This record gives sequence, structure tokens and C-alpha cells, in this order.
Amino acid sequence: MNFSEISDTLITHFGDLVLLHKAEVGDSWVEIPKDKLLEVGRFLKENPQLQLTYLNSVTAVDYLQTDPKKLKRTSWEPHIKVVYHLSSLFLKHTFVIKVTLPRWSDEEQNRLPSLPSVSSLWSTADWQEREVFDLYGVEFTGHPDMRRILCPDDWAGHPLRKDYTPPQEYEGIRCH
Amino acid sequence: MNPAHDTTTPWIEGRFEENVLLTTIEEATNWARQSSIWPMTFGLACCAIEMMATMSPRYDLERFGAGAFRASPRQSDLMIVAGTVTYKMASRVRKLYHQMPDPKYVIAMGACTVGGGPYFKWGYHVVKGVDLVVPVDVYIPGCPPRPEALLEGVMRLQDKMQAHRLAKKKERASKSKGWLRQIGQGLKSFTRAKRTDQKVSDELPIPHHSGYAYSPEEQTPKFDHHLYLPKKK
Repeated sequence: MNFSEISDTLITHFGDLVLLHKAEVGDSWVEIPKDKLLEVGRFLKENPQLQLTYLNSVTAVDYLQTDPKKLKRTSWEPHIKVVYHLSSLFLKHTFVIKVTLPRWSDEEQNRLPSLPSVSSLWSTADWQEREVFDLYGVEFTGHPDMRRILCPDDWAGHPLRKDYTPPQEYEGIRCH
Repeated sequence: MNPAHDTTTPWIEGRFEENVLLTTIEEATNWARQSSIWPMTFGLACCAIEMMATMSPRYDLERFGAGAFRASPRQSDLMIVAGTVTYKMASRVRKLYHQMPDPKYVIAMGACTVGGGPYFKWGYHVVKGVDLVVPVDVYIPGCPPRPEALLEGVMRLQDKMQAHRLAKKKERASKSKGWLRQIGQGLKSFTRAKRTDQKVSDELPIPHHSGYAYSPEEQTPKFDHHLYLPKKK
């Protein structure tokens, strides 16, 4: 099945919840509200026409324009997109879903945005969601072991965020 | 009768034909130390591949007595830090260094351990040189260094071990006197040489980075061009 067939199947089942994005170059994707992620994920995995049983990757993109000159021409508001690449090894097709999140879930920028974990559906998501949490600061609710995977446990900040500044010193080792 | 068991005649008489060798303790210790360097089996990244190649028969690190890679820091003299040291790994590197018995030596192998390498500017996770974590004796640049470069580094380390002195330094004559008095002082110090507690050259090097952004020495300018250093707030 190609992208439009898979997305048609999704739209007949979920209706307006699914937002289509057709890309002229590269992979097209659908956007899903975060509270419906588990439901849609289960449908994609268990539907006999789709059988997207393999999760290639979970990753995120931080949309934040740090260049003040380019800020005027920037059409989007700051946000984070979490990207899921799915494959069906039996039916030989792939699919991309994305979830949009705010960069912080409160005004004071203290609380990280959260998203339901899909590690109950695809167990490979366990470590990949830990990596997204470590580097982008997205918390996955319902994850069996939500802690950092690459950086040390006492590391401050999430390094792949666009506004991240490295520390001056870490445990007596200077960082510059 | 074996002359070694004969206590009545001097034991050394006529024994040079039997290959008796005389040397100093210092020479013997240094010789033993430098010809049996036991490195630690410790590789962090791609440089470790080159380290393994250096150990292999083609390059044969064993020629220099450094082929016995030990799997425990407690049995090794040399830590070849081969590869990128991340901040998470830094505490482990330091712990391994402290677990090694004295005298211990460290070789920083490759650009990452010398000064952060390709991760220097944007690598949020890489220590900008392993000398921020442990004192380093020999630096080997390269990305990764060729096995010949590591052999060269081991040989320079052997030079360093050979320069180790057990003796204490003698007190030096004062320099700020006239030439005649200087000679007199020199003669005096030659005849009545005092021994100080200062060793000649066996001290382990202290890391040339203090581990902080600016060391206390750097705060007070010694020369005019040092004034451009940022002031401590």
C-alpha cells in the first residue's frame, strides 16, 4: 500500500482527527493529536491491511528560530515535533506519523511537555523514547523506565534543544 | 667450590668473566620499569582499533616490552586513553587511574583525548582533553594516530622513565654575585653540597589545565599580553 491508501484507511476510521501532509519531496506524513496516539498506533499495528509492526525510529525536531534576523520570515510558532517511522515487514510499506507538542507545558518553562509512550505497542520504543527524553526533553507517560540514556543522570538540560547552552563546569571538569 | 658461598675470599675477584654486571640502583630500576610497561586493556573509540593493531604482530608493541595488556587497572602501569572521553566516562577514567598502582603513566592517544578533537566546539558531551581528568605524560596527535605514532609515544614514555632520578637535587650556588665570588661560591657548594628535598625529575606532571576555566596563576598577569585574559568576576 502506498501513502494515500494507508491515510485513506486511517481517515475512514478516525475521521477529522488525522491531518494529512503531502510532501512533494520525501515522505508524506499524517499528524495526530497526542491523546489519540496510542489508539491510532494500535490501529496501524493490528489492522490486517496495514500491519505496521516495525517501528524504525522515534525522534524529535525542535522548531525554534534562534536567529533574530530570520525570525520575521519564520511562519511557525516554536514547537517540538515527535516523529515516528513505521514499517510493515510483511506488506513492504512504510508510514510516517508526527505529533506536535509545545516546547514547555507551562508558561514558566519549568515543566517538560509530555506524550503517551508507545513502548507498550512497539517495545523498541523503550530506548528510543529515553533518547528523545534525554536529548529533547519530552516526557513519555506510561514509559516503564523514563530516565536519561546517554547523558549522565545529573546532567542539566537537554542538549539537542536549540536554546541549550552547555554548562561551564561538570563535576570539576571545565567544559570550554 | 662456588665462590659465592666462600666468605673468606672477596666475592667479586675474577668474576667479570662470569658476566657479573655492575650498575646503579637508579639505572636498574629505570631499565626494569621501562622494559616491562604493562598497559591497560582500555579502549574508548576508534583509536582503540589502532591500539589493537599496534599490539598485533605486524607492529608488535611487545618489542618494547609493552605487549602485556592487562585486563585490570591494578596490574597495569600505563593507561593508553584511546578514544573520545565523554563526561559520563570521565569519572570512570578517573576511577581507573586511581586504581592503578604507582608509578603510573598516561598516554593521551588521538585528537579527542589531546584536546577534544572534532568535538571541541559543538560537542556538548565530550571532555576537551583527557588532561582535564587525569595527568597526561605523552600526547599523541592524530585522528586516529598510526600505529607507528603510538610506538613513538611508548618510546618517548620510555625516555621519560629513563630520566627518572632517585637522587635529591643539590643546592645551587647563588647567581646574583660577581664572577669571582660566584666561582668561590661554586667551589664552596661543590665541597659542602647540601641536599635539599627537591627531587630531580621524577615528579609526575600536574595537569596543565587546572580543571577550572582559569587557574589562579592566570589571574595575575606576568607579562603585558596576559592582561587581555578575562578578569574573574
